[in-house]
Amino acid sequence: MKYMLLIYQNPAAFEAMPAPERRALMDAAGAIVTELSESGEWVTGEGLAHPSAARTVRVRDGVPAITDGPFLEAKEQLAGICLFDCETLERATDIAARWPDARHWAVELRPLMHSSGAEM
Amino acid sequence: MTSEGRIEGVLRGQAPRVLGVLVRRYGHFDACEDAVQEALLAAALQWPATGVPESPAGWLITVATRRLTDAVRSDAARRRREGGLVADPTDAVPAPAQPGEPAPADEDDTLTLLFLCCHPELSPASQVALTLRVVGGLTTAEIAAAFLVPEATMAQRISRAKSRLQTAGVTLGMPPEPERTDRLAAALHVLYLIFSEGYTATAGPDLQRAELAREAIRLARIVHTLLPDDGEVAGLLALMLLIDARRAARAAPDGSLIPLAAQDRGLWDEADIRAGSALVTGSLERAPLGPYQLQAAIAALHAEAKRPSDTDWAQIVALYELLERSWPNPMVTLNHAVAVAMLSGPQAGLELLEPLAADDRIAGHHRLDAVRAHLLELAGDRERARSHYLRAARRTTSLPERAYLEGRAARLAGG
Repeated sequence: MKYMLLIYQNPAAFEAMPAPERRALMDAAGAIVTELSESGEWVTGEGLAHPSAARTVRVRDGVPAITDGPFLEAKEQLAGICLFDCETLERATDIAARWPDARHWAVELRPLMHSSGAEM
Repeated sequence: MTSEGRIEGVLRGQAPRVLGVLVRRYGHFDACEDAVQEALLAAALQWPATGVPESPAGWLITVATRRLTDAVRSDAARRRREGGLVADPTDAVPAPAQPGEPAPADEDDTLTLLFLCCHPELSPASQVALTLRVVGGLTTAEIAAAFLVPEATMAQRISRAKSRLQTAGVTLGMPPEPERTDRLAAALHVLYLIFSEGYTATAGPDLQRAELAREAIRLARIVHTLLPDDGEVAGLLALMLLIDARRAARAAPDGSLIPLAAQDRGLWDEADIRAGSALVTGSLERAPLGPYQLQAAIAALHAEAKRPSDTDWAQIVALYELLERSWPNPMVTLNHAVAVAMLSGPQAGLELLEPLAADDRIAGHHRLDAVRAHLLELAGDRERARSHYLRAARRTTSLPERAYLEGRAARLAGG
């Protein structure tokens, strides 16, 4: 079963975080990536640039309207995603619970849709 | 068949036998398995040009042994360079093989290897991956493509499984009874998992996954040849054939799902149905009863009905009762409830579903909502049927299932 982990951060709080603490956070995340790679569960993952670099695109009546900044106006913003393939929701939840950002902000776990279907 | 197809067939058939020979000679399952995989790749590259050698197994054993020797030597050299233990590399180096060595004596290790791959020390996903590579002779890239993960992910999963077996001190050998019975059950479960992974795949990029169902059938056939008297092996093979017989009828060209009752039965594969029915009938007469045989018997009754209205629901309900009594499982209860509804009316089916709402294994599962919706629709309760279809649609992670369930809900909207 494939799950996407959506990692949320408060960008201001992350910027204000002392360097050693920030490093510890990155290292903790890196350790989980290594563990999942070794176990054959890791699929992919990426960190996102600061939300101020985001560009939101809306198309209305065929006309694109482009604004700078993220789609959702919230204190917490998407900071990265991971995709892993693990056997149970419990295992996926365990990984999510160990993700360091969950201690400061939150991570969200979402199962992926797939295109095979069972006979009804 | 194209020559590439023929070569692939030869290679896939030889993979477990060649590996069996190497492991029995030299031990080191992990290293031997890598060596065999390299020999298979070498053959796939060379044979189309040179033709299939007279003794494919001999060729593969010779090349794999050479690769194994190289691997052991370079490993020893590396350890010396790193200042680790200095061991005499020749200790572990296999004796040079004679080129064109004759095919091994007809000692088939396929079953022993299958049991090794389905060792309880491994997780189901690892058992599946290792079985496809070791027994099925598929490459890591092929397995990765079928499971829609990067090759590196699958390679790591396989290598982790192999080192886990090594750490646990598992060696190649037929386990004694009663462990053997458990291991066969685990192996059949793994084949069933491979089959289900593939049989639901319909079109487009998922075509490759459909190969998994065929591969599971091929492996079940091999196990059935090796254990012809085992009723559950026959039952599983029959079940797979009978379900796979409906492949062409299960989805419309646009990928949308067609339920059993609405399928064009002319598209069902008659040869598969005949083979599956004969297998299950034969094993029910001779072997002790088991869950795969019962499920195959049910599938055979569906397959034998020329029209949905010809379905022998009384017999199907009786078989589900047997199944539930001896091998209870919430998925069985769901199917049982549908059969009871067809025989005795939707209310009787809905009553069977009641206890499942408190069963953690299935309470939040979209299939429970989908079946409840279907029975409510039969009962004429359109409003509640619609809301359960929608709930099932929100809970499934399958795009075609979601489309199907939303379609059912839409038909019930309004008047």
